[in-house]
Amino acid sequence: MTASNFQIWVVILCLAAGTFLLRFSFLGLIGDRALPVWVTRALRYTAVGVLPGLVAPLVLWPAATAGQVDLARLAAAFVTLGVGAKTRNMITAILTGIVTLYAGLWLTGQL
Amino acid sequence: MSSSTAKSVFWKGFADGVPFLLVLWPFGMLFGVVAATTGLDLIQTMAMTALVLAGASQFAALQMLSDNAGILLIILASLAVNLRMAMYSAALAQHFGPLSLWRRAFVAYLMVDQNFAAAQARFEANPGMSVSDKMSYFLGITAPIFPNWLLATFVGAWLGAAVPKEAALDFAMPITFIALIAPMLRTVPHVAAAVTSVVMALMLTGLPSGLAPIVAGVVAMSVGALAETLMARTSS
Repeated sequence: MTASNFQIWVVILCLAAGTFLLRFSFLGLIGDRALPVWVTRALRYTAVGVLPGLVAPLVLWPAATAGQVDLARLAAAFVTLGVGAKTRNMITAILTGIVTLYAGLWLTGQL
Repeated sequence: MSSSTAKSVFWKGFADGVPFLLVLWPFGMLFGVVAATTGLDLIQTMAMTALVLAGASQFAALQMLSDNAGILLIILASLAVNLRMAMYSAALAQHFGPLSLWRRAFVAYLMVDQNFAAAQARFEANPGMSVSDKMSYFLGITAPIFPNWLLATFVGAWLGAAVPKEAALDFAMPITFIALIAPMLRTVPHVAAAVTSVVMALMLTGLPSGLAPIVAGVVAMSVGALAETLMARTSS
């Protein structure tokens, strides 16, 4: 890293301020004004529309394996998904996901 | 509303927030470790984690700092990773709109993927919740998350390079997000939105970092809303 201390602080403070403005955007400006029906309908799918897209590349091409498909991580992702969908219980899904990950890492000789 | 119900709603939120610690700890520690190995000092690491409070963008910033990217580019790309927060903000504004500006600012500062997803699921399942109950619930989920995120980062930064790569801490975030989403896949529109999001994000990986999930998110939300409209029409 060649960035100076000052440059690091600029990154930290600008990122902090910008992120707050993104979070505050609608909460601050719109208040309780009603949005059109189609907007509120679309907003119901915010979490389920954004998070899978954020995760998918990390599951298929993990940085930890230099972008190569890793069976252990792939298996852990699918087990977490299946158990979560079946049990509707987040903690069960997380625990079985972690167990699968470490079992997979051990089986593929990465542990 | 009596204060006793506010208290019980808070503790319900608290109980729903605690499981997140399982993955928040490895994720926060990993951030601390990577920050230390990138060359940030302890104060810089803690300032970033407390003020930005958005793990994925913090990692993006560290990655680009160690690649010696331009300062402006680092800021813009890391902010792009957080664009989804504006969508969360729009969704939460529907629930927290009646609160004072100060309280809305407080909610905005504390908003992360985990408390947003959990709150949205809860508010959707209980349409009759009062705004103060919604606030109590949101603060309840956040109460265990926030201090532990700071503590986990601190421990990671302090341990530094002593944490072995084999611990696979990198996969803590994917597992959390999948476990968050899976229980929500209970209707056809929810599944359609999630599948669209994955397919689009994988197709758009060539876009600058942070943009793909946004475009994928917007298309996926539209698909979800469209599926809901179509299903309402065919069933009526």
